[in-house]
Amino acid sequence: MAKTKDILLDPLSDNNPITIQILGICSALAVTVKMETSAVMCIALTAVLTLSNFIMSLLRKVTPGRIRMIVEMAVIASLVIVADQFLRAFLFDISRQLSVFVGLIITNCIVMGRAEAFAMQNPPLPSLLDGFGNAMGYSAVLLTVASIREILGSGTWFGYALMPSGYMGNGLALLAPGAFIIIGLIIWAQRTIIKKFEVD
Amino acid sequence: MKFILDMHDKVRPLFERGGKFERLYPLFEAQDTFAFTPAEVTHGAPHVRDALDIKRTMITVVLALIPVVLFGMWNVGHQYNVVNQTGATDFIANMFRGALIVMPIILTSYVVGGLWEVAFAIVRKHPINEGFLVSGLLFPLTLPPTIPLWQVALGISFGIVIGKEIFGGTGFNVLNPALTARAFLFFAYPVQITGDTVWTKIAADSTGLIEGFTGATPLAVAALVPAGASVLDALHGSDYAGFTWLRMFIGTMGGSIGETSALGCLIGAAILIGFGVGSWRIMVGSVIGLILMSSLLNLLPADNYKAFTQLPFWYHMVMGSFAFGTVYMATDPVSAAASNRGKWIYGGLIGALIVLIRVTNPAYPEGVMLAILFMNVMAPLIDHMVVQSHIRQRKAHLRKFRHA
Repeated sequence: MAKTKDILLDPLSDNNPITIQILGICSALAVTVKMETSAVMCIALTAVLTLSNFIMSLLRKVTPGRIRMIVEMAVIASLVIVADQFLRAFLFDISRQLSVFVGLIITNCIVMGRAEAFAMQNPPLPSLLDGFGNAMGYSAVLLTVASIREILGSGTWFGYALMPSGYMGNGLALLAPGAFIIIGLIIWAQRTIIKKFEVD
Repeated sequence: MKFILDMHDKVRPLFERGGKFERLYPLFEAQDTFAFTPAEVTHGAPHVRDALDIKRTMITVVLALIPVVLFGMWNVGHQYNVVNQTGATDFIANMFRGALIVMPIILTSYVVGGLWEVAFAIVRKHPINEGFLVSGLLFPLTLPPTIPLWQVALGISFGIVIGKEIFGGTGFNVLNPALTARAFLFFAYPVQITGDTVWTKIAADSTGLIEGFTGATPLAVAALVPAGASVLDALHGSDYAGFTWLRMFIGTMGGSIGETSALGCLIGAAILIGFGVGSWRIMVGSVIGLILMSSLLNLLPADNYKAFTQLPFWYHMVMGSFAFGTVYMATDPVSAAASNRGKWIYGGLIGALIVLIRVTNPAYPEGVMLAILFMNVMAPLIDHMVVQSHIRQRKAHLRKFRHA
């Protein structure tokens, strides 16, 4: 069994779900126009991923292998519905801006991927940590991308004006292709720094 | 000459492996091969003996761009003098005024792009490529004269780094770097560059607030004509001198610096084809695609569709940047299709897409940039299909003998 520290820290950089495993890209493109929405998205995903990993790990011995995917989907879907309803009840405006993307956490490859790859083989506590670590890795990238996009695109950060008043927003940063380019640049920078994937 | 050669040979060890300035070798190499034929030759067979290396190819393109650059400069000055009613009409005054506006844009593009090029050459240890001389000149020609210089710098940085260097430099880029740079500005700062209005630099007034004068481009005029009306009448009646075919062919109107003159582009095309540098297949294919698509649109019932569909193809050819894009952008040997049959398909689809985007897409008044970038992405697929179909044909041919 891997060490607790590795379980928690590995997904932050060396095994980051977005920049290394290229999972969960869709929401990283869709909700990162503003910091506010992406922060809420990160919290929602952290809650869902941590709990789903924990619950699946508890159920791993009683779940027959052939129907495990359906069970995983049922658990994840229930959690996502709870998260969605919670946002609608307490953060209605942001929930409206996030629109379908909270619901789409169900299809976020990271959640299903961690349940399959980790929670089904490991005891509850490490699974919980693994879920949390991966959610942190996801959040780190999401918040970085959102910071770059909001500052470049609107000249604000969490809605506070950062740039001088004459600043002309970069329209590309607000479009999904802009997020693609930014994620690409982050992946480039990260691989250059950790030097793990150099072929030559 | 001998003196320069001696000087080069004297400092050469400093830049070679183990020398003091080893890291700066690409800089030395660029200067050395610019002045002299390199001493290294290919060792292994097979040999292709040809004087046409990448340096000569690129320099020829720069030569072919000269008519467009000169005309662009004159035209920018001419439009400036007309709109500001300065009264200056002679050739020199127009040229001088135009150079004052255009040269800073070209210089910014060259200096900023050049810095990126050198930085990557040093870090990645690849030679500095003359392809940059072309990209760095093509890009400013696609911009309006009123563009702020910081946008030029930003655009060329994006084009060189994202469009070219991250793929490994000249020869590996999927997209045309100059067009990538323009597409970046187009989506990032649409106000300055959308293309439904033209830009003419005007003298700064006392408040310094107004920098440019904008008026509808021929494409925007044509797009707004309602169904049933005559699109040609609308064109001929617009602007201060009317958009007649001849005026649009010669290019004495506002627009991006290099795109207005179809005549200048024709001269450039003659140079490119004459030297065997630009592919005539792509250019002719693009013209054929444009003719076919616009003739097809002409068949639509005039009363039910907007009048733009009725525009004859010879007008499409001189409007917007069709000529510029087809001659200089579509023929970029790296991002275009490589097989001969592929070039016809590639060119034809560019021409057809340009007309289709212009006429049917209300969001984009001009389709040249988007059509070429789209086909850049498709070019490897086209080549793959051409090769596969060739293989299939040969196999079928062989099979005939086997069963005989």
